Amino acid sequence: MADTIGTPYVGRAMKRVEDPRLIKGLATYVDDIRLPGLLHAVILRSPHAHARIGRVDVSAARAIPGVVAVLTGADVNAACGLVPCAAAIPDLKAPKHTVLAGDRVYFVGHAVAVAVATDPYIARDAIDAIDVDYDPLPAVTNPEEAVKSGTPLTHPDLGSNIAYTHVVAGGSDIDEAFRRADRVVKHRLCHQRLTPMPIEPRGVVASYDPGEGTLTLWTATQIPHLLRTLLPGMIGVPENKLRVVAPEVGGGFGAKLNVYPEEALCAHLAMRLNAPVKWIESRRENAASTIHGRDQIGEYEVAVKKDGAILGIRTRTVADLGSYLQLLTPAIPTLTGLVLTGCYRIPAVKMEIVGVYTNKMATDAYRGAGRPEATYLIERLMDVVARELGIDRVDLRLKHFPAPAEFPFATSCGLTYDSGNYQGALTKARQLANWDQLLKDRAAARAAGRLSGIGISTYVEICAMGPSKAMPAGGWEWGCVRMEISAKVTVITGVSPHGQGQETTFAQFVADRLGVLMEDIVVLHGDTNVAHYGRDTYGSRGTAVGGSAIVMCIDKIVAKAKTLAAHLFETTADHVVFEKGTFRAPGVTNREIGWPELAGEAYVAKNLPAGLEPGLEASSFYEPQNFTFPFGTHIVAVEVDRDTGHVAITKYVAVDDCGPQINPLIVEGQVQGGIAHSIGQVLFEQTIYDENGQLLTGELMDYALPRAADIPEYILGSTVTPSPVNPLGIKGVGEAGTIGATPAIANAVLDALQPLGVTHLDLPMTPERVWQAIKTRTAAPVGA
Amino acid sequence: MYPAAFDYKRPATVDEAVALLVRHGDDAKLLAGGHSLIPAMKLRLAQPKVVVDIGRITNLSYIRDTGGTIAIGAMTTHHEIDASKVLHDRSPLLPETARHIGDTQVRNKGTIGGSLAHADPAADYPAAILALDAEIDLVGPRGRRTVKAGAFFIDLLQTAIAPDEILTEIRVPATARTTAYVKTEQKASGFALAGAAVVIGADGVRVGITGVAAKAYRATGVEQALAGQRTPTAEAIARAAAHAADGVQPLGDIHASPAFRAHLAQVNTRRAIERALSRA
Amino acid sequence: MPIPVRLRVNNAPRQHDIEPRLLLVHYLRDVCGLTGTHVGCDTSICGACTVLVDGKAVKSCTMFAIQADGSDVTTIEGIATNGHLHRVQQGFWDCHGLQCGFCTPGMIMASVHLLAGNASPSRAEIADGLRGNLCRCTGYSHIIDAVAQAANSTEVTHG
Repeated sequence: MADTIGTPYVGRAMKRVEDPRLIKGLATYVDDIRLPGLLHAVILRSPHAHARIGRVDVSAARAIPGVVAVLTGADVNAACGLVPCAAAIPDLKAPKHTVLAGDRVYFVGHAVAVAVATDPYIARDAIDAIDVDYDPLPAVTNPEEAVKSGTPLTHPDLGSNIAYTHVVAGGSDIDEAFRRADRVVKHRLCHQRLTPMPIEPRGVVASYDPGEGTLTLWTATQIPHLLRTLLPGMIGVPENKLRVVAPEVGGGFGAKLNVYPEEALCAHLAMRLNAPVKWIESRRENAASTIHGRDQIGEYEVAVKKDGAILGIRTRTVADLGSYLQLLTPAIPTLTGLVLTGCYRIPAVKMEIVGVYTNKMATDAYRGAGRPEATYLIERLMDVVARELGIDRVDLRLKHFPAPAEFPFATSCGLTYDSGNYQGALTKARQLANWDQLLKDRAAARAAGRLSGIGISTYVEICAMGPSKAMPAGGWEWGCVRMEISAKVTVITGVSPHGQGQETTFAQFVADRLGVLMEDIVVLHGDTNVAHYGRDTYGSRGTAVGGSAIVMCIDKIVAKAKTLAAHLFETTADHVVFEKGTFRAPGVTNREIGWPELAGEAYVAKNLPAGLEPGLEASSFYEPQNFTFPFGTHIVAVEVDRDTGHVAITKYVAVDDCGPQINPLIVEGQVQGGIAHSIGQVLFEQTIYDENGQLLTGELMDYALPRAADIPEYILGSTVTPSPVNPLGIKGVGEAGTIGATPAIANAVLDALQPLGVTHLDLPMTPERVWQAIKTRTAAPVGA
Repeated sequence: MYPAAFDYKRPATVDEAVALLVRHGDDAKLLAGGHSLIPAMKLRLAQPKVVVDIGRITNLSYIRDTGGTIAIGAMTTHHEIDASKVLHDRSPLLPETARHIGDTQVRNKGTIGGSLAHADPAADYPAAILALDAEIDLVGPRGRRTVKAGAFFIDLLQTAIAPDEILTEIRVPATARTTAYVKTEQKASGFALAGAAVVIGADGVRVGITGVAAKAYRATGVEQALAGQRTPTAEAIARAAAHAADGVQPLGDIHASPAFRAHLAQVNTRRAIERALSRA
Repeated sequence: MPIPVRLRVNNAPRQHDIEPRLLLVHYLRDVCGLTGTHVGCDTSICGACTVLVDGKAVKSCTMFAIQADGSDVTTIEGIATNGHLHRVQQGFWDCHGLQCGFCTPGMIMASVHLLAGNASPSRAEIADGLRGNLCRCTGYSHIIDAVAQAANSTEVTHG
């Protein structure tokens, strides 16, 4: 059935506008870009975690027919500037991050040299012909050891492996909280290192126009605009002569929220060689040289009263930063501190973070970035406290929830949660899960000797990033809406979707607000020559922040259109009513004006009121006054195979509140995708370096991603608590699944093992770890 | 990502292929389904100067019932084995094992001959081949010879195939329905951390184990413990299966410690025996 | 040394002189200009490069182009007929079976092959049939929905 103007699009589970090109194989990702005379770059990377580079002989490589250039750090670093880190942490010790290695390599995968050839196979041949003398040095791999004095140094010139020590604290006096405690519950919790692994690896195409002095950079990135801000300082092309294009991008998850050496390198090569240059990352390079996520180790102490009241949490957390600071590396652990109290009223909190350099790839933002860490910690701690005090874990959570009427709710971490009804989400999740039956089923399974567990997590997270005062490079968003002369609508956004579906969701609300058909709307993004300004896509900000900028534009256009309509009606704007795409002036005239006529008048401009500019276009910068705080409850049931340690998820219920949903199908997809990342994190994913700093998970043969058969059938629900922060009321949903799911699954596994007395397992809870825990416990003397 | 250059040869017969191996020696590699060789070439772990593509040799892809045994051409794909009615009816362990290999796409291209010749210690077939006591034909410049499964796997990635020989045929006996393959997979690659193949017949129990040690092996300790027991009790099966890793040095890596591999060998052997018996 | 290869790609005859080492996926993308088939790994795990060779799903990154000599190759660009989406494509669209879309062509080709061998698969059979295809965005549920819908669709399969 054809859509008609006036039937709302918002709230409908609509098919995506962007899909036809994707399902037909007609979309253009970076590797699909073809340019005349295109050269291909392949990068030689260090096989050592830490080594001094001696002689580098590229003569044999240069002699291969088809090879155009072979360059090392000595050739390019002076011209490429340093790779930037945007995070502002006081007293941060930072190494100089050159585009190619200088006289040392600091991690396996560190770029040492680049070969450029007419064909990628030949460029790859050239890499094999480069002879590098490495003098291996001791590798720093254990961050907890690395902070001790007398240990080898990742960067000897920094004098220490400690990049920074930073305290996030708030609320009442933490020492007083511990003095008043009846009991202190202690627990050590680790977040393993993870590899984001978008299915599309990174890639860059750079093309220089020497006549105009302009450089175009196509790159598989989430942040074309931040790149346009940051690259000029590296490559010497001014911002207004640099065009950055994020074409179709095959997944990001934070891995493409960065400024990478290869982006500057390809730009430099294109200018230096006066030819377009393409570099496409291999999977091994992606695993070794694209950012990793998480990798935090923390000792936690919780001050509690006998009745379960939590007075405070304090922790010292060691964050393994890897060898270099990428764009946000040191800031990610501090985000953990910001939301460490979760959705609970906890009066005092203190988190000391020690950021440590090791000879590994940098960690940075991976889906959730700081919040999955915090949520895992607080939700594990809630279970630990409940168990140690013999309190029901749901009651303990309920006891610490703020009431819905208490929002906006100020946390001891210094945030103000915008709106919430945590009790509502919990109640709905328990209903959907049939909680009481679930408990009976678990009892029956246990009675039959099976290891059956139920896990719950109630989470809150930070989205819609964010107020500029809290963001390193501005947290606003820009948008532009143009009612064309033909009454088609062009929407341009500064966010850079790569799977989130904003070509669809933006068109949905724009159609409703302008009273046009969705098919008459085009949403453009990702090209800085088209979307002139933007702060891009990360931190679940696209719709909440980017969409709000579009709403501002619509309001401006409608206001202007009313002025024009009033002129045509020979009345004043306050008599004009706009509804479903039609302008009327009730009581003044029976005439109605639709967009086609109005747009024609606006652009033909022969009959405009005095002082009104021609055209119907508006652009806006939206500055969010606060973050948004989505929340929800996840409930998971698992069964553990006693013999093999294998964990099967037998039930998965998620109730997420991301505010009003523009497109429930897309929301569902975001939640399901996020949960899949958590299934991977809890049960099998881990990035492993050995004690020499060799990366052992450098291919998909060794780093396990979830497959279709690992996914349970979900029962998904939602509650709707609008955010007062933005005009759409939207909170954001891109990371919620990953944030809520990890602790729910982990708590379920530990609940299953609880009858054996197992109180802790490190992530990931692999079959071997589970088996080991079972074996250790069941081997204990009977009656113990 | 990009393999090194090589000369490509596409022999039409086994004899031509053998002649190419003789001529090029260590410089040559046989290309069957390509699922072991091509990834290694893309990562430049293998850089043969000559690739001998045996994919167009006629009469290397077949499954024939020859009475007491079923003969399988070396170039028969995993999918063809999985889909074979003859094998399902007469020797069902091999199709059950084939279904555990990789994924649909890999099974459509990968071949039994290629897999056996590569002798990955975590490949699935070797367990079944050993439990079936299969025979393997090798053809070289000195003609054809037959190797019993027990003598075929020499060590990690090493078999009885001489550098100038080609594996041409595998023969497995017709069996009763009482066979099974139970495997714990390495989560990322799908290869076996421990796979146990069991054949239970009038002549006793044979157990092949893959993934656990540098080469697949017969779990003779299990076989002996069950000798003479036509319908062993659950306890007897468990006691026997506890010998599944006796006398071997289990492998250890990031995916499983030696102890866990040995344990999984025991668990999967027990489960395979139980499953095989349940099919009686 | 380039050698000749002749094959049919999406029903069109093709003939080129190619390096023996040229992988089928690069032949399709760089020689034929069919960039819908993607590369996501080097070890035959991710399945983004899945195409049909003589009707069977294979990973075109783990096959030399010369091995397809004489074969019929179908890529994502070749499954719609007369402008009508293949029912699997339609299923992915209807069910939101994709987000970034990078794994999607391979996922669709594997699904086409899956339905050719099993007209009405269960959800578990779909999941098992797509073992060779990784998706990092969707969490797979909507992909399974998509294939199930395609299986139930009355439209004739063209794959």
